[in-house]
Amino acid sequence: MPTPSRYWREIPQRYRLEAAKCKKCGAISFPPRLVCPECKAREFESITLADKGKIITYTIIRVAPQPFVDQTPYAVGIVELDDGVRLTGQIVDFNFEDLKTGSRVRIEFRKIYQEGEAGVIYYGYKFVPE
Amino acid sequence: MREVAVIGVGMTKWGELWEKSLRDIFVETALLALDDAGVDKIDSLIVGSMSSGLFIGQEHLASLLADYLGQTPVPAARVESACASGGLALRTGFIEVASGMADIVLVSGVEKMTDVNGNEATYALGTAADQEYECYHGITFPGLYALIARAHMEKYGTTREQLAMVAVKNHHNGSMNPLAQYPYEITVDGVLCSVLVADPLRVLDCSPITDGAAAMILCPVDIAKKMKKPLVKITGSGQATDTIALSSRKDLTWIESTYQAAKKAYSMAGKKPQDMDVIEVHDCFTIAEICVTESLGLVEKGKGGKAVEEGVTSLQGKFPVNASGGLKAKGHPVGATGVAQAIEIVKQLREEAGPRQVKGARVGLTQNMGGSGGSSIVHIFERS
Repeated sequence: MPTPSRYWREIPQRYRLEAAKCKKCGAISFPPRLVCPECKAREFESITLADKGKIITYTIIRVAPQPFVDQTPYAVGIVELDDGVRLTGQIVDFNFEDLKTGSRVRIEFRKIYQEGEAGVIYYGYKFVPE
Repeated sequence: MREVAVIGVGMTKWGELWEKSLRDIFVETALLALDDAGVDKIDSLIVGSMSSGLFIGQEHLASLLADYLGQTPVPAARVESACASGGLALRTGFIEVASGMADIVLVSGVEKMTDVNGNEATYALGTAADQEYECYHGITFPGLYALIARAHMEKYGTTREQLAMVAVKNHHNGSMNPLAQYPYEITVDGVLCSVLVADPLRVLDCSPITDGAAAMILCPVDIAKKMKKPLVKITGSGQATDTIALSSRKDLTWIESTYQAAKKAYSMAGKKPQDMDVIEVHDCFTIAEICVTESLGLVEKGKGGKAVEEGVTSLQGKFPVNASGGLKAKGHPVGATGVAQAIEIVKQLREEAGPRQVKGARVGLTQNMGGSGGSSIVHIFERS
């Protein structure tokens, strides 16, 4: 379970999709990095990720880690956003039989899971039909 | 660099070993390896363990094990590269002997996974993926390999049946390995009817949760030559990394870390993929074996599924893969797997593999992989 400080640190990415664009080669890193994986440059500008994209691959999780047990079965996929960045996340509001690679999706801000009845509620991005 | 030989191997029955502790299973296998080598003193101890901290709450593992083996004050180190920790232990021991830092090195791997329940084990294994950007969203290891499987099926036409055939082949081989956790045959229909874990992967596509250890003794070839056993040398060693998050890979179906590690190992040994007589690969999931046979250069890119269907990777095929039963049938105590793979190759090259012996095997390869391919370690062994 993430501690409050660990959860808080990731808020710019999970709530606002803040990414880093390399000033030298233009490659986008999400989450932001200190060294560009493409050209090794160290100068970045802060940008916001595209909020739409398409499904590259997906699965339906039927045996889940503890915090997600009450959500099973649920779909998780890798989505390529329109700016080329690929993200892993849950794909929701689809009937499983309608899921296809290539399907268009957009990002929505959703609850990811919560720690019991009175615990912390964790938020982040999920993919929904465009 | 000195030439390095394997002079002793030790492994006990793998499975759900509720009556035994981590230190018990380690010491049992280490003693077998020492006895097989005919030595009673070592210069260094290396142990691979992915997560003794999460599985049994024990860190500082190497000293504990040196103590219980009765070898203090020998220098001891625990190494970790997720599911490739055993392969890394072997490589670390190889480097110590090759460099001249030590003569007799005990290389081992161990994992005690059944002291926690299934959810806790799933969590511990999940720590090999990106905690913040993969696990946070509810992905599991079967899930990550399911993402790879779907990509491979859609890109290359790999079929659901071909995935099942990997498990069937490995269980067939494992049925001849008395140390395997599940030494029995399964059928394609049985795999296809088994419960879904993460579509399209079913439970019989997945390696199990296992308690187990494995150990071997390395030394310089000059010393090994004085022994009576067949001489098995480690002639190639390669290690490489890739992005830990699957989504960061340009091609989801290609295990670049395995390709890079193999390239180094082939080059060090002066060998090509076609020279391999017997091969142990990291079939944590059926799709993994298919991708790895491609990345090792044994079969063409995209043809891994077809290769298993055509029997290329069967015991009688051109490239016998996972004669031991693989992770699927033999079991997968994560830190021990890489060492057990090497033990199978040593047994094959010594012609001690019994009914699953690949006739006339002279050159063998092991490929051990961490996470969804964030690390790979490849070794080449030769009998001379």
